[in-house]
Amino acid sequence: MTSNKSKELLLEMKNIHIDGFSDERWHKILKGVDLTLYRGEILGLIGESGAGKSTMGKAAMGYTQPGCKIINGEVNFNGIDLAKLTEFEKRKIWGTKISYVAQSAAASFNPAHRLMDQTISASNRLKINPTDVLKKDAVQLYESLQLPDAENIGDRYPHQVSGGQLQRIMTAMAMSPRPELIIFDEPTTALDVTTQVEVLSAMRSIVDKFNTAAIYITHDLAVVAQMADRIKVLRYGEEVEEAETRDMLSNPKEEYTKSLWSVRSLIKPEETNQDYILSIKNIDAAYGSSKVLYDVSIDIPKGKTVAIVGESGSGKSTTARVITGLLPQSSGEIIFDGKKLSPKLEQRSKEELRKIQIIFQMPDTAMNPRQTVDEIIGRPIEFYQGIKGKERESKVIELLKMIELDETFLDRLPSELSGGQKQRICIARALAANPDLIICDEVTSALDQIVQEGILKLLQKLQKDLGVTYIFITHDIATVKAISDEIVVMYQGEVVEQGLKSKILNPPHPEYTELLLSSVPEMDPDWLTNLLNKRSS
Amino acid sequence: MLRLTLGLVTVFAFSVIIFSTFSFLPGDFATEILGQSATKSAVKALRAELGLDKPPVTRYFDWLGNVFQGDFGSSFSGRSKVQGDQGDRSREVVGLIIPRLKNTLFLTGVAAMLAIPLSLILGISAALYRNSYYDRSATGVSLVTVSSPEFFTAYIFILLLATLFPVFPTIATVDEDTTLVERFYRTALPVFTLTLITMGHMMRMTRSAIINILSSEYIEMAKLSGSSRYEVIVKHALPNAWAPISQVIAINLAYMLIGSVVVEYVFNYQGIGRLMVGSVYNRDLPVVQACALIFASTYVILNLIADLIGIISNPRLLYPK
Repeated sequence: MTSNKSKELLLEMKNIHIDGFSDERWHKILKGVDLTLYRGEILGLIGESGAGKSTMGKAAMGYTQPGCKIINGEVNFNGIDLAKLTEFEKRKIWGTKISYVAQSAAASFNPAHRLMDQTISASNRLKINPTDVLKKDAVQLYESLQLPDAENIGDRYPHQVSGGQLQRIMTAMAMSPRPELIIFDEPTTALDVTTQVEVLSAMRSIVDKFNTAAIYITHDLAVVAQMADRIKVLRYGEEVEEAETRDMLSNPKEEYTKSLWSVRSLIKPEETNQDYILSIKNIDAAYGSSKVLYDVSIDIPKGKTVAIVGESGSGKSTTARVITGLLPQSSGEIIFDGKKLSPKLEQRSKEELRKIQIIFQMPDTAMNPRQTVDEIIGRPIEFYQGIKGKERESKVIELLKMIELDETFLDRLPSELSGGQKQRICIARALAANPDLIICDEVTSALDQIVQEGILKLLQKLQKDLGVTYIFITHDIATVKAISDEIVVMYQGEVVEQGLKSKILNPPHPEYTELLLSSVPEMDPDWLTNLLNKRSS
Repeated sequence: MLRLTLGLVTVFAFSVIIFSTFSFLPGDFATEILGQSATKSAVKALRAELGLDKPPVTRYFDWLGNVFQGDFGSSFSGRSKVQGDQGDRSREVVGLIIPRLKNTLFLTGVAAMLAIPLSLILGISAALYRNSYYDRSATGVSLVTVSSPEFFTAYIFILLLATLFPVFPTIATVDEDTTLVERFYRTALPVFTLTLITMGHMMRMTRSAIINILSSEYIEMAKLSGSSRYEVIVKHALPNAWAPISQVIAINLAYMLIGSVVVEYVFNYQGIGRLMVGSVYNRDLPVVQACALIFASTYVILNLIADLIGIISNPRLLYPK
């Protein structure tokens, strides 16, 4: 983490141009980006999706994904231009001199082989150390990455360990041949915040221990601040700015860099009332024989936003399924608008269905790819309100205006929209039913920071104009701070606490809330160090 | 275990279908054998002797009970036309079928041993050099072989390898005395035909299974950790492709067995397929039923084996959490 490391050049990428082939034509992905990395240094590469950061990271190995090619530029690694090497020559460097840690460890391990065999496979190819020495070394790496049962965990198959553990094993795999450079490609993006802290600290300590250089790719500035000595910001395949981590955080030069943490600056004053539109009382629910909700009670005040937070497996999405009737509860009751809702979807009236709408995490899969925007938004208008023809069309246009789009979108298919636009269409579809309550299930998780901000602002505006109530399910505390009035914390199928935002976010906390809140990375390069010190003391 | 029971249930259901289908067929053996001019009493007597006068349900359970004991009944044909004649040449179905079954298994076995490795190698290499000229021609040719009917392929072979260039015989008649080498030589053309008609499908499925897996993230990971092309395919892709590949092999082996009905007929090979066709002509129900039941159970058994391979090759199923 200190910047007074020896300035011995390890990697120098000059004027990298990479094109990618999609939709029947070549696009420019990288437009002349430079990158220098010294031995033992960690460089953070950040940007939104489509910025080209992943492509840049892979190009540092001289690798491009199928359908991409390096048009121009040099990748000098230890004085050798990787871009000019043959596949055969590059393979001698990949996995041994430069190794790669992928975003989704679960998908990146071969399901057919044991973890130990995969951990040492690259080192085995070097034929320097015999297999049993490598295995012993791998166990030591597992230990220093604080994996449970380090002795035997390598005998398991990938599906038998958790995501956070897999990510650490992948780090061990990358470290096993003692590479000079490791590329971390969004290694913690798929993890819960509580797990992310463990993985981050494990990765940082092991990289420090062996003084390995690394390129750390992420879209989360707070995460990269914990890892990197220097940060480079990319956008649309071009460099925006580069600076030492502390300088970047305290004094970002470009407007764009500032906007990267804009969601974190979004604040909503909290309000609440005792007029509950929805109360769920002592709900138990199960998928088949495995019980997932235990005695869950939540009250939702009318016209307000209640955020349900928790990590994956905490039961927050299941709660949404119970409210909508997709998963009937095994006991307990749901009171909506003063009336009891029947647990089963089929037994609810059309009017009851209309009043509760849901917006999903993935707008890509939540829309029929063969329907136009007009059809997608028009159908609930027709179905719930019986409005047809011209009147229907004007309603659709009105909704489009509400979500800050216009009638030119009417004939578009979902594939012709950006991620943020798709999510807006999903919001309009929910609004088309004129609901009283909208459940937003991780609606911003799949979106970039700036787009997230736009969606959250839109949701707030709609609430002000229409008085609609939101249940906002998320694992992202920054989002919660930005939008909620009240917060419900869930853990392992139970409600830990419910209350006003100010009450939940400020101490004293129950133990789990404390763990959850303290795990959210902050824009402070010393945050992780301080946190670990605090926790160990 | 559940799969095994399901398999048994399927075979049982098949037996019901087979039996009922054949009892609904028009005409019966008695009138067939005695001719148009037979007296009613003669027909009736023969029917009684063959047990054809009993209600179908009783006949079914009689038959099924015997099948469980390995007795498929006696063939209708070969018996004398006159009642009480001492020269009764009717034969046990089992005795009739077993040598024929052996012949068919030999034929399909040889074809399978040729077709499976060939199509695996072709499929894997086509996947490896995807979109190359090699891949395109391999998939193109395989499409042609899959879509041509077996008799057509058979006749093409006869034309090429027996008539124009007389290398192999057109008639694949064998008996117990034929030596092994001679057998290989005589059955060459039917084996080629069966190989060709099944190879295309297996090759294409292998190719697509491998390609499907090649696009997964762990393959990119394997490449980035320096695995060679060969390692990527054999160590990383193939172990995950066994389940779909074994499925398609099972289906094709079964298809081969069924396809042998036509092929055996074309080449006049003494296999179970020819026997079945002949027996259908003669309304020889016990033989037809036995053959059909053998075909059906082969399907079920082969699929069971494929399922088993799918489970063994997948650690997720073998070692649950």
